[in-house]
Amino acid sequence: MSAPPGNVIRRNGLGLLAWLAGIVFFLPIAWMALTSFHSETDAATNPPSFAASLTLDGYREFFGAGGGASPWPALVNSTVASVASTLLVLLLALPAAYALSVDRVRKWTDVLFFFLSTKMLPVVAGLLPVYLFARNAGMLDNIWLLVVLYTSMNLPIAVWMMQSFLAEIPVAVIEAARVDGARLPTVLTRIVAPIALPGIAATALICFIFSWNELLFARVLTGVVAETAPVFLTGFITSQGLFLAKVCAASLVISLPVLAAGFAAQDKLVQGLSLGAVK
Amino acid sequence: MTATTTAPVATTPVPATRPPSARLRAWATRAPLLPALIFMIVVTQLPFVATLVISFFDWNALYPDARHFTGLDNYQEVLTDADLRHSVWTTVLLTVAVVLAGLVLGLVLALLLDRRFRGRGVVRTLLIAPFLVVPVAAALLWKHVLYNPEYGLFNGLLHYVGGPQPDWISTTPLLAVEASLVWQWTPFMMLILLAGLQSRDHEQIEAARVDGASDWQIFVHLTLPHLRRYLELGALLGSIYIVQNFDAVFTITSGGLGTANLPYTVYQSFYQAHENGLASAAGVLVVIGSIVIATFALRVVSSLFREEVSRA
Repeated sequence: MSAPPGNVIRRNGLGLLAWLAGIVFFLPIAWMALTSFHSETDAATNPPSFAASLTLDGYREFFGAGGGASPWPALVNSTVASVASTLLVLLLALPAAYALSVDRVRKWTDVLFFFLSTKMLPVVAGLLPVYLFARNAGMLDNIWLLVVLYTSMNLPIAVWMMQSFLAEIPVAVIEAARVDGARLPTVLTRIVAPIALPGIAATALICFIFSWNELLFARVLTGVVAETAPVFLTGFITSQGLFLAKVCAASLVISLPVLAAGFAAQDKLVQGLSLGAVK
Repeated sequence: MTATTTAPVATTPVPATRPPSARLRAWATRAPLLPALIFMIVVTQLPFVATLVISFFDWNALYPDARHFTGLDNYQEVLTDADLRHSVWTTVLLTVAVVLAGLVLGLVLALLLDRRFRGRGVVRTLLIAPFLVVPVAAALLWKHVLYNPEYGLFNGLLHYVGGPQPDWISTTPLLAVEASLVWQWTPFMMLILLAGLQSRDHEQIEAARVDGASDWQIFVHLTLPHLRRYLELGALLGSIYIVQNFDAVFTITSGGLGTANLPYTVYQSFYQAHENGLASAAGVLVVIGSIVIATFALRVVSSLFREEVSRA
């Protein structure tokens, strides 16, 4: 296959352009990572010191070596809120998705669109009553309140994603198993689970990301005890002298779980973010 | 959820129009759905109804005894208040700017990525990364590490070429917030549009090329019409997320310098000013705005969805 030389140049040129775009978009993150390994004085120079010596001081500062607040309670809270709400989402969404894809209820599309419509209700619409309820019920600054709220935030996404994954299971296979006398638990574990497992994993990762990222609920409903990682980060909004390396270390450490989960779910990311509308 | 096991066969004759076994069977089908459905109604719909009710009361949390019904007064106050009106306008500007810029950039990136070239997977990963930074962390990164007038990266790079040293956030506050959001949301748009590009009918494009159509003609007459619904979907989903944006406004400008959008204003009016009634009225207005967008969004999603169901 010999392409005309003009085409080769253009193809390489466009490939180069794609690389350039990728590098430009990634540059702020790369710079954040580099800065996090610089000393505070090297981090705050103009022009920037690209080749300054590397140190872990920024990370030591972030983890409280300099006498600041330790981020561990916030990291633990975020982990509890994200993992527990993701498990609860799976527990509720799996049977629901089953009833919307394999053994369908009547008007299943209406139900599906009800779930979607709740996702379009802005968080601020219910924030005040939730706050008032939490205050009166003594649930303010309680991580389990966030677990419930994050579950409601992610349940529609999970139901949509999982119904689109479960719908890919051929009905004929399930019916054949039923005819052969297989009961529901057998059908679920032997036929549904193996086909649906990658999709379930991707759904869980996306729910985890959204819970981990959430700020508004956490900011309003938590205080010193149940503070999550994003709320901890808001402590860096006002400048505190030379603190760039510390801010970069903090931002990077707190973003790491999301970056890891996002890359793990890369192939199913669009499907999840578009609520299953795009495959 | 024990009801999911198959319904027992009815043995007694019944006069009902539907035999109980059929009714039981219908409930057995519905049962797995109910926990999720009830959970959603309780956690998302009830608070909204409460917001609606509170919005008709004059209620400052600092003076709880003075609470009384005021009808539509809160709405009148919200709609005539200069600050609140400004925040409506800010919300529109922020959303439109970020969604449009994100779509255009996302389309360019998706077109670049749709071709085969060395290291495509790596470039795709590099491009997705901004979307996978915790939003507050991304906002901090832009505020302190990039925008800082004294030692931020932007002015540092400008320094090399002898350029000016602007104070980005003070001179163009809303643009500063928008730029950081465009950076985070362009990958999202790119992913949706890339999925659209990859679902094109390649035989049709090959046929057009054989018939002598140029790349530009193929793009305008085949690719863009095919992408239309993906562009709509990206625009609408992006709007839904960005109308609700709180993190970037809160972090970069703390709602100052005229960047307070509606979510920030609602947050501030009850969290700092304790004006429960006003906050609720503003919240209801956000919902009405979202419903307008959401109606279109639901239509787009359902048309894509129906196409898929009919294909299956």
